Amino acid sequence: MADKEEPRVGVFVCHCGTNIAGSIDVMDVVEFAKTIPGVAHADQYQYMCSTPGQGKIVEAIKEHNLTGIVVAACSPRLHEPTFRVATKEGGLNPFRFEMANIREQNSWVHMHDKEGATRKAKDNVRIAVAKACLLEDLIPKTVPVEHAAMVIGAGVGGIQASLDLASAGIKTYLIEKLPTVGGRMSQLDKTFPTLDCSQCILTPKMVDVGRHPNIELMTYTEIEKVEGYIGNFDITVRKKARGVLSPDEATARGIIGGGCNGCGDCSEVCPVIKPNPFEMGMAPRKAIYIYHAQVMPLLYTIDFDACVKCGLCIEACGEKKAIDLEMEDELITLKIGTAIIATGFNLMPIENKREWGYKQFDNVITGLEFERLICASGPTSGHLIRPSDGETPKTIGFILCAGSRDNTGNGKPYCSRFCCMYSLKHAHQIMEKIPGAKVYLFYMDIRSFGKMYEEFYYRIQSEGAKFIRGRVANVLEDPITRNLHVFGEDTLLGRPVDIECDLVVLAAAVQPVDEEDVIRKHFGVSKSQDGWMLEAHPKLNPCGTTTAGVFLAGVCQGPKDIPDTVAQAEGAASAASIPIHIGQVELEPYFAQCMEDLCAGCGMCIDLCPYQALALVDRNDGSGRKVMNVTEAKCKGCGTCGGFCPGGAIKMQHFTTPQIVAQIDAFLCGGEQ
Amino acid sequence: MTDEWNPKILAIICNWCSYAGADLAGGGRIQYPPDVRAIRVMCTGRIDMLFIMKAFADGADGVLVSGCHFGDCHYLAGNFKAAKRMFMVKSVLRNLGLEDKRFRMTFVSASEGAKWATVIEDVVKTVKELGPSPIAEHQK
Repeated sequence: MADKEEPRVGVFVCHCGTNIAGSIDVMDVVEFAKTIPGVAHADQYQYMCSTPGQGKIVEAIKEHNLTGIVVAACSPRLHEPTFRVATKEGGLNPFRFEMANIREQNSWVHMHDKEGATRKAKDNVRIAVAKACLLEDLIPKTVPVEHAAMVIGAGVGGIQASLDLASAGIKTYLIEKLPTVGGRMSQLDKTFPTLDCSQCILTPKMVDVGRHPNIELMTYTEIEKVEGYIGNFDITVRKKARGVLSPDEATARGIIGGGCNGCGDCSEVCPVIKPNPFEMGMAPRKAIYIYHAQVMPLLYTIDFDACVKCGLCIEACGEKKAIDLEMEDELITLKIGTAIIATGFNLMPIENKREWGYKQFDNVITGLEFERLICASGPTSGHLIRPSDGETPKTIGFILCAGSRDNTGNGKPYCSRFCCMYSLKHAHQIMEKIPGAKVYLFYMDIRSFGKMYEEFYYRIQSEGAKFIRGRVANVLEDPITRNLHVFGEDTLLGRPVDIECDLVVLAAAVQPVDEEDVIRKHFGVSKSQDGWMLEAHPKLNPCGTTTAGVFLAGVCQGPKDIPDTVAQAEGAASAASIPIHIGQVELEPYFAQCMEDLCAGCGMCIDLCPYQALALVDRNDGSGRKVMNVTEAKCKGCGTCGGFCPGGAIKMQHFTTPQIVAQIDAFLCGGEQ
Repeated sequence: MTDEWNPKILAIICNWCSYAGADLAGGGRIQYPPDVRAIRVMCTGRIDMLFIMKAFADGADGVLVSGCHFGDCHYLAGNFKAAKRMFMVKSVLRNLGLEDKRFRMTFVSASEGAKWATVIEDVVKTVKELGPSPIAEHQK
């Protein structure tokens, strides 16, 4: 504040081809800009973001001795970093730059009102210049990055991301809420279009995460609290009471050679029987259980909601002493640099679509239930039966887009992307296993978009599956035979159909897991309109989020098949490893600062701060007054303290009160209109 | 003044939700009236009530504050703290004899481009129905 320099702002207006110039008179805006007080130079160019465009900024800073730069172009969310670099190249502090958004929030939304759009563009420029006149030099804060990462969700996406991070030499915590890794993929029988056995290709990776020296596998664990910022997250996880000690835990308790070895003696004697969610509730499990034979880690888990604490399992376990019925949840805080969210999906509650009769008629099942029924390790050892009487079905109907592409308000408007392909695979499996079986697929469109997918579709057609194009109106049960009548319209032949099926399989829409909202809010990740987590940019940053250091992998970002999930997981792992390998990150210097002369020490701001970044301290001038003090590393720059301070004593860097008031005044007081 | 009156409406919007939503409306070429000028802040929590009072004192015909939905704030609860202050703005406006409908707080997320356009249309319509701000008229 000592030497008040005369502001000399350079204004650059971009045509963006015709994107901006098509609805805004760029030349008029440039001429207007020259008249704004504080503007020393105004120019225009076809594409300001191009190399010659940026060159204009660099040259003008030197030629006109500029103190601030305004570029009127697209959104600062897109090109602010580009122009900050150009500003820096010209010899100015990169924060001496302000952007006027005359594309996303002007020319594109006022395409048929050139006069109104030009008037608005002039105001946009004037507002930006007002701020640019008051910009100050800011120095980004560099902080070290913890050499560790976290992956949340251990489905195939989370497994792949962890393996990549760990192989890159990064300590990785893999957090899974269930007692085993594997996720949805471990429930599948075969994968399309190659017909690989799902477990066969997944279990090697499951084993790898279990024994990789850089991976700390934390199953049966949930996220409790997230604090910190990129490079320095402190994440508290709740390690739920499993009731069973691993060999390592047993050794730590002094039980040498003890701990769970997965023998299963406990489960045999357990008197409590519950449905096994891994088998979609179609097979029983005990209160002490494993999900399936290939679990990783091979540790039994006690369902304390069901356990009656009879103690039979303790007797059965004997000398191994692996069971502790009094075990309690444990809270552990982990320090990590970056995190990947890979929480996956659930099926939507398809019973809400009452017209198809799921949960009303026994012989209507979902695609995931079908996977378990056809799987050799499933409840029926791979013999497809119909639930009502255990008979082998001969006529099977598949209802595709069950709840997907549904604008009735009772479904999901999006395409779930993999249901077409798994239904084709189901059709193939039936025709392979049950000779003479008839398969009908009721579809809207078959979306076979991937590599070798269309060829797979042709193959199923040639194998004899019948495709009926039309959405099914309803499914009714014959009360005597328990067969199902599927009513719909064959839109290609233009006539109604009524097909009697023994079994109906619904390709139910997918939706985010129930915990998604909680995890999302812990990390400050937004959600898109359809409920999935929002990526930083749909095209150019599909793995990133708006929270620095947090990345997305797999279906939590939107429906994906296995290849796409694995590809995105590898992308997210690569992105998450970058800051860790560099070892430090720059934080935007939008910190709060206390102007001690104005601070009355009331302390109102301290409770407002969501990050506990503020505290009252003794002022250093011997006056005995208390003033507010900011811990810059904790401050994320929201400005909630600055918006409330009754004395106006808090200066929010880059969004200072004089800057914002100047912007308001520039719009409302100055100008030609 | 030309024969057609264009209201002066100020919007102060947060970087993470409403600004991104407004950008999305642009990407989708969703058209809305060009009467609103937006100022970007990182969070609606940054908005001092005096900014809004200053805008009205300067002769704004309307002011819009827009942030994230409750529970979706990038900074946990900045929007909630802002919303509490905004009730006070409304009551101050009423005491001053200004229609409190000239001020509005809305919640538009980063994925709600269409909603942003609807909000702007509605704000412009409301302000146009109310006519020029009496403060602006007085200052002429």
